[in-house]
Order: sequence, then structure tokens, then C-alpha cells
Amino acid sequence: MLFFSYFKELVGREVTVELKNDLAIRGTLHSVDQYLNIKLENTRVVDQDKYPHMLSVRNCFIRGSVVRYVQLPPEGVDVELLHDATRREARGG
Amino acid sequence: MSWAGPEDSLLSTSLASYLDRREKLLVLLRDGRKLLGLLRSFDQFANVVLEGACERVIVGDLYCDIPLGLYVIRGENVVLIGELELNKEELPPHMTLVPEAEIKRAQKAERDASDLKGSMRKRMEFLDFD
Repeated sequence: MLFFSYFKELVGREVTVELKNDLAIRGTLHSVDQYLNIKLENTRVVDQDKYPHMLSVRNCFIRGSVVRYVQLPPEGVDVELLHDATRREARGG
Repeated sequence: MSWAGPEDSLLSTSLASYLDRREKLLVLLRDGRKLLGLLRSFDQFANVVLEGACERVIVGDLYCDIPLGLYVIRGENVVLIGELELNKEELPPHMTLVPEAEIKRAQKAERDASDLKGSMRKRMEFLDFD
């Protein structure tokens, strides 16, 4: 549940989601669920010319299982906090 | 069976908001296919039912929408489900709509070319060019 909570904190931030098929989509994180499915708003594809079919997609649902990376704004990560939370969770909450 | 209530925080990431759209959705599949259709049903695995589905085949600057009918897609094959913005070109203006027969031909030509490239590569493997 740690990363679910973690991503919930990032709602509203601008992120880039890179998928396993190399498609990279930038957008505002609208929501995330327990499977780490992601909903993005105001999306644009990083390499638009290569993916013409994505031209008019402005918001989308991405299945968690196809995500390779989520690139976050550097100020969006409080590593210290995450580190503590991880230790707490490893001890069993 | 219980249904998620509005207080369910998971609901906001569900596909429910796409259910009652009158415009078609774009469903991207793991094999690279692009399906368009109206979302009629879904579940927690992202299994979806598309009504009036068609496949959008794109080869270079050519495209064609091939009608398919009612489709049930197994969730594991779904990559992305996107809403197409109204009043906006769905594809860049330089792309041309062609009949199904022509797109099939173009698709085959593309496949043959990539097969040929693959077999040439295989034959040249002894050169070790990577």
C-alpha cells in the first residue's frame, strides 16, 4: 500500500508516464488506485509524430501493469519521509 | 455482489466516468492495435466491452477504420483508454482516409518489408554489427 499512498500524494502534479511499449505520456496526475492504474489529464505524448492516433487524447486511463516508469517532479519526492514510511511498513505498520 | 459507493476513493480511477460518453473512446492494446468504440461495461481487471467497435489501422500517412461490432477485450491486453477530445482533429491533417482493401495492402507491404529486414539481418548476423 506504500506506493499507492505515495502516488495519492502526487495527485495534481505534472508527471511523465513511460509505458512498456515505449510510449511516454506527460500529464497532470488525476488519480491512482490500488493497482497503480493511473488517470492523467491534459495529456500530451512526448513523441507526437510517432503516435498520430494520440493527437486528440486529452485524458486517459493507463493500466498499472503496462507502466515502466513514472517520472516525477524532483520536489515531489520527500525521500526522507518515504524512507521512514518504508521502515515502518517493513516492521509491520 | 456489492457496488462501489461514491465514498469509495478507488472510484475516481475507475473507468466509470467513461461509461456514459457519447463519443468513442480510444483503446490501445498491447499488440499495438487501436480500437475505437463506446464503453458499455468494465471491471476491476479493465476487461471492457466496446459497442460499435472499429479498429483504426494506420500505415504511414494512410488510415482506415475497419468496423468490428461488439467487442469484449480481456483486461490484460489493455494498455490505455483515452477520451478523444471533441472538435479536434483525431489525426494530423496530412493523413488520408483510404478504403479497407487499400489499408490491408499497405499493411501487408509494411509487414513484408519488416520480415525481409529481419531475415536480411539474420543472414548478416555473422558480421556482428551491433
